[in-house]
Amino acid sequence: MMKGASRRVLPGFGLTLGFTIAYLSAIVLIPLSTIFFKSAALGPADFWAVISAPRTLAACRLSFMAAFAAAVINCVFGLAVAWTLVRYEFPMRGIVDAMVDLPFALPTSVAGITLTAIYASNGWIGRWFVPLGIKIAFAPLGIVAALTFVGLPFVVRTVQPVLEEIDLELEEAAATLGANRLQTFARVTLPTLVPAVLTGFTLAFARAIGEYGSVVFISGNLPMKTEVLPLLIMSKLEQFDYGGATAIGVLMLAISFVLLYGVNSIQKWSARRLAA
Amino acid sequence: MERAAAGRVGGQAMFENCGFVGATRHHHRPALADAPVVRITLIAVSLIFLGMFLFIPLAAVFTEAFAKGASAYFAAISNSEARAAIRLTLTTAAIAVPLNVAFGLAAAWLIARFDFRGKQLLVTLIDLPFSVSPVISGMLFVLLLGVRAPLGGWLADHGIRIIFAEPGIIIATVFVTFPIAARELIPVMQAGGRDEEEAALVLGARGFQMFRRVTLPNVRWGLMYGVVLCAARAMGEFGAVSVVSGHIRGATNTMPLYVEILYNDYQFSAAFAVASLLAMLAIVTLALKQAVGRRVASTIRAAAPAESIEQEAA
Repeated sequence: MMKGASRRVLPGFGLTLGFTIAYLSAIVLIPLSTIFFKSAALGPADFWAVISAPRTLAACRLSFMAAFAAAVINCVFGLAVAWTLVRYEFPMRGIVDAMVDLPFALPTSVAGITLTAIYASNGWIGRWFVPLGIKIAFAPLGIVAALTFVGLPFVVRTVQPVLEEIDLELEEAAATLGANRLQTFARVTLPTLVPAVLTGFTLAFARAIGEYGSVVFISGNLPMKTEVLPLLIMSKLEQFDYGGATAIGVLMLAISFVLLYGVNSIQKWSARRLAA
Repeated sequence: MERAAAGRVGGQAMFENCGFVGATRHHHRPALADAPVVRITLIAVSLIFLGMFLFIPLAAVFTEAFAKGASAYFAAISNSEARAAIRLTLTTAAIAVPLNVAFGLAAAWLIARFDFRGKQLLVTLIDLPFSVSPVISGMLFVLLLGVRAPLGGWLADHGIRIIFAEPGIIIATVFVTFPIAARELIPVMQAGGRDEEEAALVLGARGFQMFRRVTLPNVRWGLMYGVVLCAARAMGEFGAVSVVSGHIRGATNTMPLYVEILYNDYQFSAAFAVASLLAMLAIVTLALKQAVGRRVASTIRAAAPAESIEQEAA
């Protein structure tokens, strides 16, 4: 604790430490701990009964599949968008670049009603899928669309700075050694981007698992069919089933912490790789 | 610097790291030129993707908002319920932003200026609210402060109602926006280094003078950036606030909640009219972010060379 105390000439250590810890505890740690106390009070048998109920399992499966699909879509297209923004000139590139952050800035309820409107069977985009027999809004595909929207900036914004910093001479060296552009990309550029893509994927996936606002309107919210975990928690809360909501909440927190740990591991791995 | 970069990739707030390094540097390198067909295809694919998920939705908000004409639009955003929602949204932000910015300054000072055990853990704990689903964020406060909980019950006995009332909305918003300012301020304050502050103290400044005359001006862009992002999130939060609001019409609606209520009432164009105000707010946020973010990035970059020289000397 007192490491370097003699060097501590700047004032305010005690004051800022005290305030930071007190405020952190009041706003974050104490509220977060209530959910664990509450679920401990539930008992393992009741806890398991909630977690293993068919409706919970169905919501869990849908949450994972939809979040995974959305994160994969965002990896593929996010890579293309990042590449396009960094490497090519085209009109209004600056505006397009700024717009990528829209999902962070737009309230999720606005995103939700808007995506529902355009992906519904009479909407601007949804109507083109009706002749193909594909229903987007009020079906699992709609959930994927909403989760793609909320996760869109993550892959772009993790890949973009790496692509900007990349040493172009490596690519040129590959070219002089006779590699074509595709080989250069696959063998030289892409390996450098892998940690950034993985980080972006995990962040997008984590965000998608917990997303509520943009999904609640487009999903249709049918138990067993189009109900994801956050919607299930909400429906339990509305029925004042706080025990059930808590159990699912603990499950979701565990999932987020595992993902958070995943992001940190990817970053440590990539830092080690760069250092080597 | 390394920590600054690592901290930046953790979630919401990492997104200013974009587009500042001249993208034109590829243009004099013929070996790196992609074939025109590849270039045009990739640009087209990117724009179609962004169109389907960003541009068309944004256009749709405004089109739907004016679907019943301008007078219906203005009626929808100026009636008493809409005004109450706007007022509560602004009040919430006016409380959450100063609290979290004050916390951000204190935490950034602590983390950027002092070494102590558990610092890395503290940084992780500060970021926690970002990894909690909005619904769970709201639920935490229902469990803690609802009338059935010990603390909430005690408060209710004394006539203080928090959940399903305005204080609940405010506290849930404070939770959700908790890390934003701290996370922007920490790297900026770290980049600045402590030399100027130590000089101020040597020259006889008192602690608060040093903070006001040296520290604050040095981190001003990071501070402003934090305020913009925090305010935007505070006004736009939906999930957490939805859980604690209890949907009392007029009394406890923020704008994002009011949008939901109108929509579920089948008042679609009124819902989109209120939504269009929030969309405009988002556009203003993006513009401010672009303008301020550039300065934050250059503040951090400007500090980088000095830092590496110091490291070499050490």
